[in-house]
Amino acid sequence: MASDTSKQQGRPGPEMGHRPPLLSVRELGVALQTRGGNLQLTQNISFEVGAGERVGIVGESGCGKTVTGLALLRLLPARSMQVSGKILLDGTDLLRLPGRQMRAIRGRQVAMIFQEPMSALDPVFTIGQQIGEAIRAHFPVGAREARERAVDVLDRVGIPLPQRRHDEYPHQLSGGMRQRAMIAIALACQPRLLIADEPTTALDVTIQAQIIELLVKLSSEAGTALLFITHDLGVVAETCERVLTMYAGQVVEDAPVEDVLVRPRHPYTSALMRSLPNLSVPKSVLPSIPGRVPNALAMPAGCRFAPRCAHARPACGRAQDALPVGADHRVRCARFDELELPGTAA
Amino acid sequence: MNRRWRMLGERLSQVIPVIVLATIIVFGLLQLVPGDPAMTLAGEQATDERIAEIRHLYGFDKPFLVQYGTWLGHAAQGDLSRSLLSGERVVTLIGQSFPHTLTIVVLALLISLLVGVPLGILAAMRAHTRADTAISALSSVGVAIPNFWLAMILVTYFALGLGWLPATGATPLGESVVGSLRHAILPALALAAGGIAELTRQLRSALLEVLSSQYMRTLRAKGLSETAMICKHGLKNVGVNLLTVIGLLFNRLLGATVVVEAVFAIPGMGSLIVRAAINKDFPVVQGVVLSMVLVVVATNLLIDMLYSVLDPRVK
Ligand SMILES: Nc1ncnc2c1ncn2[C@@H]1O[C@H](COP(=O)(O)OP(=O)(O)O)[C@@H](O)[C@H]1O
Ligand code: SF4
Ligand SMILES: [Mg+2]
Repeated sequence: MASDTSKQQGRPGPEMGHRPPLLSVRELGVALQTRGGNLQLTQNISFEVGAGERVGIVGESGCGKTVTGLALLRLLPARSMQVSGKILLDGTDLLRLPGRQMRAIRGRQVAMIFQEPMSALDPVFTIGQQIGEAIRAHFPVGAREARERAVDVLDRVGIPLPQRRHDEYPHQLSGGMRQRAMIAIALACQPRLLIADEPTTALDVTIQAQIIELLVKLSSEAGTALLFITHDLGVVAETCERVLTMYAGQVVEDAPVEDVLVRPRHPYTSALMRSLPNLSVPKSVLPSIPGRVPNALAMPAGCRFAPRCAHARPACGRAQDALPVGADHRVRCARFDELELPGTAA
Repeated sequence: MNRRWRMLGERLSQVIPVIVLATIIVFGLLQLVPGDPAMTLAGEQATDERIAEIRHLYGFDKPFLVQYGTWLGHAAQGDLSRSLLSGERVVTLIGQSFPHTLTIVVLALLISLLVGVPLGILAAMRAHTRADTAISALSSVGVAIPNFWLAMILVTYFALGLGWLPATGATPLGESVVGSLRHAILPALALAAGGIAELTRQLRSALLEVLSSQYMRTLRAKGLSETAMICKHGLKNVGVNLLTVIGLLFNRLLGATVVVEAVFAIPGMGSLIVRAAINKDFPVVQGVVLSMVLVVVATNLLIDMLYSVLDPRVK
């Protein structure tokens, strides 16, 4: 995986906490409208991302990471999904913006990259056209200027021969180059926040490390905040400053990476760590957590992790609130104070 | 460009067997038609000797393969023999009829595109709304209406009733463009109803599929408007589907003109082959079928070539 780049680069100083956050998500929830009524896919999601900060979201497949990421940019199908809560970007609630103003935010203030670079790129337009149109959607520049900027950003994301690649189609690039091209599209307008939804899951292991390193480098160089969505806690540990653990549609722990690695407060976070035999192993299939994620149709009334939790007690049958552990650490577990959970050091 | 020429050569070599097969089938089928063309040619009171003489004269007494070989050899040199009825060269007859048919078909295709494409885009952009439902109801009607019935309605209303346009006949394009279009517009409209409906439906469903693709989400994520997404990326991505539909439509319209030409008394290819078939005028039937096959094959070739222009992935 990426070396410990994050440890040296772009660490926000202690003054960070006093500035208002770039992004503040409050009680975000996504409901799927079905014939049988609304199905709550995610709920009570609250977190903040500071300017230039790198925050990871981890959790097993199906816990609502992608839905949350898409909701932030209002990319969910409005016909079938209802988003509640607040998404404050510099204090402005994105959920209340008219369509035109929301478009001005997308790509310019907040950009997003996706898991599968091949299907995320339009197959019949060149890479350069797809970067150029992002630039021209937000800046009043001509075709020539757009081309110069596109070539420049291709160069910045480490694509060799950017002049030539500019005029090639997605199918002419390798998987890793395609993901770099995706990153180029996303960063073409110098957004302040980049949401990366499992950007390396579809790639080879060696390429994964390169892409992660690139994301960390670009984010720290340009001061772009990064919301890194992954099912791999190991990757988060190496790239991010803070980590949100999601379980069954909720954030169950929100803490600085350093703290949580040493002493996770939620049994699920701890279990995720123990399922990583070694942080440099990329694919975590969570072998050590017995049981399965509950179905959205049959959520446990109390703690959602209770059916799989080794520490469950009768008290866990009540709904769990996010409780403060410290100034910047919250956990959705009633027993966090009594438990001594092992981190990666164990 | 080099690649395209090589591709054209490859496609041509695949197409020639198709043409040969089509000619064999046409030639063979005519052998199965009851009745003897020699008898027809000789007239009611002809003696047996006269019939035999005619049979020999036209080569009807030769074995099938020999007849076929002779015909194919001549056809390859552009000689499609002469009409048994009028004695005119078949090539000349086709040369007179084909422009009328082509005018109607091309006009019908243009109308289908001009109306069908915007309707398809509108239906996709307003999917699952009332506008979409209305468009889809209309296109169901368009598909279901028989050409000849619509043709008769149009003639009754616009030609006979209002007198805006001529009811029957045709003017060659070379003689008068306006006159030719005035004659062609009603038959083209009668043909286009189905074409509009077909294009609207196909375009709507192709666009909706593209709209639900992952790259559309990327486009939205970078701040593009709905219009740019559909009219630029959507249309280019469905271009290949659209081409296929246009090719099929063109071929279908060519076939459908037979009926419409009959209603409007247009001396096109449809009228020519109907008259020839009724009178057992074999050389004309063969000539018309051969030229239709060639037109269809050429259309498909053209469409194939255009695929590679629209889609960079086509090799
Ligand atoms: N388009 C959709 N329609 C219906 N359900 C969906 C859709 N997208 C996601 N879901 C459901 O929402 C939940 C969260 O999914 P997702 O956000 O994709 O999880 P993750 O990204 O963490 O793997 C899952 O239960 C999934 O089945
Ligand atoms: S609340 Fe109880 S069941 Fe839930 S994680 Fe904490 S200890 Fe386990
Ligand atoms: Mg996901």
